[in-house]
Amino acid sequence: MASFMAGVTELLALDDFFWRAFWGGMGIVMVTGPLGCFVVWKRMSYLGDTMSHSALLGIALGFLLGINLTLGVLMVALSIALLLFLLQRREELASDAILGTLSHAALALGVLVISMMTWVQVDLMSYLFGDLLAVAVDDLCSIYAGGGLVLMVLLWFWRPLLAITVDEELAEAEGVAVIPLQLLFMVLVAVVIALAMKMIGMLLVTALLIIPATAARHFSRTPEQMALGAVLVGWVSVSGGLNLSMLWNVPTGPAIVTTAVVIFFLSLFASLRRS
Amino acid sequence: MDKETLLQATDLTLRRAGRSLLQQVSLTVSRGEIVTIIGPNGAGKTTLLRVLLGMVKATSGEVTRRPKLQVGYLPQRVTIDPILPLNVRRMMTLTARYSEPEITAALQLTGAEYLMESPVVNLSGGEFQRVMLARALLRNPELLVLDEPVQGVDYLGETEMYRLIGQIRDQYGCAVLMVSHDLHVVMASTDRVVCLDHHICCQGHPADVSAHPEYLRLFGQGESGVLAVYSHHHDHQHNLSGEIEACDGGHH
Repeated sequence: MASFMAGVTELLALDDFFWRAFWGGMGIVMVTGPLGCFVVWKRMSYLGDTMSHSALLGIALGFLLGINLTLGVLMVALSIALLLFLLQRREELASDAILGTLSHAALALGVLVISMMTWVQVDLMSYLFGDLLAVAVDDLCSIYAGGGLVLMVLLWFWRPLLAITVDEELAEAEGVAVIPLQLLFMVLVAVVIALAMKMIGMLLVTALLIIPATAARHFSRTPEQMALGAVLVGWVSVSGGLNLSMLWNVPTGPAIVTTAVVIFFLSLFASLRRS
Repeated sequence: MDKETLLQATDLTLRRAGRSLLQQVSLTVSRGEIVTIIGPNGAGKTTLLRVLLGMVKATSGEVTRRPKLQVGYLPQRVTIDPILPLNVRRMMTLTARYSEPEITAALQLTGAEYLMESPVVNLSGGEFQRVMLARALLRNPELLVLDEPVQGVDYLGETEMYRLIGQIRDQYGCAVLMVSHDLHVVMASTDRVVCLDHHICCQGHPADVSAHPEYLRLFGQGESGVLAVYSHHHDHQHNLSGEIEACDGGHH
């Protein structure tokens, strides 16, 4: 086992912080790509924002209870998802207003709790924007284990999830269990946000969900092509952004997001020229 | 329930927010018959379909579907968001996997096989309905439930669409339960008409229903002569692409 780990470490150059960051980023966008497509298709990009803004409260909770911070983030994100799901059933509340309310409530509460905990020093910046270059081998393990699990569940339920996204009524009539799948989707988003938070930061997590998917739209004819395209865009953004961040000595998360945005505009122009 | 009965509803009542959407509706659909529900806007036609399909639970009354009844359903309004790239081929396998020959055959039957690679958002109303019909056929339905199948179909296409539905019934031996409000065509292409205005006003053979006082009250005298429209013979018909073709043994 030890020699296997050593082999993997050598093969992937995990001794080097750059390569750890590289593999971490590559792993994350492999999940945010396909999942992000669903977020975009369901017009729920604000959902990602709301859940990731709640992450600060999760971190505060983690410190308070002395548990793993990712777990804290996951717990809060899941609670938000559940609350959202229940509130969305009420027709007199607009879903964007619910999201806005929860998002800011969680953010404000998070800052409050963190500032009251005078005994811990929290580097707010690193949680807002993440620190991909600080990724450790442990983090890589949780990214690939957790991310792999999310990806497997997503692929397993791909067809029914897509069916309820295209038309809920049609899917329901053809025997798809709509409500459990809606819940499942929210749980997947919550898990991915908790996984990606440390690396890319709560303010930029949503970007990894939305921008690669949107950039891939112009060149896809089927949902599956768009999901693969989003992964490709994510990979290019991670490698491009990492190199930029080394070259210019700028924060990695923003560099990756900026690269993704550049790809988005390039693909937009290309599609405009084509039509 | 006898063995020819696919679906039976007894005394369905549905109340929402103090209003009765359905009152004491009883309805039977048997193998191979075409039943059309007509009625004014807001009469509860779509709601009745949803209750019959088990998507909405009635306040009281009972729906019995034959065990393992295969239903193909065309909802009234399916809008495909252009954000989601979807071509016809992929649309066909949205909820289940089918082989290429099965897909082609279904699309051929509804005259939509040339649309296979087209993005769904680019289809016209008629094309979209034909694709949706083909989708429903893939499920090998014993019962086709169609909510306003000619919606967005142009006038010439309407007759053709109803002819197609009749042809599907003959070929698949499935029953058809549809909602419609264009009375003209319905009267000619249906075995039984159910006239709904929250409760069932009258039901029966088209010719009887169109003479029924309740029907005349709802739809007026003007429409009662519609059967005449269909008692004459066409010397040609329009196929699905709108081209003129001769009827069987037709003379010009």
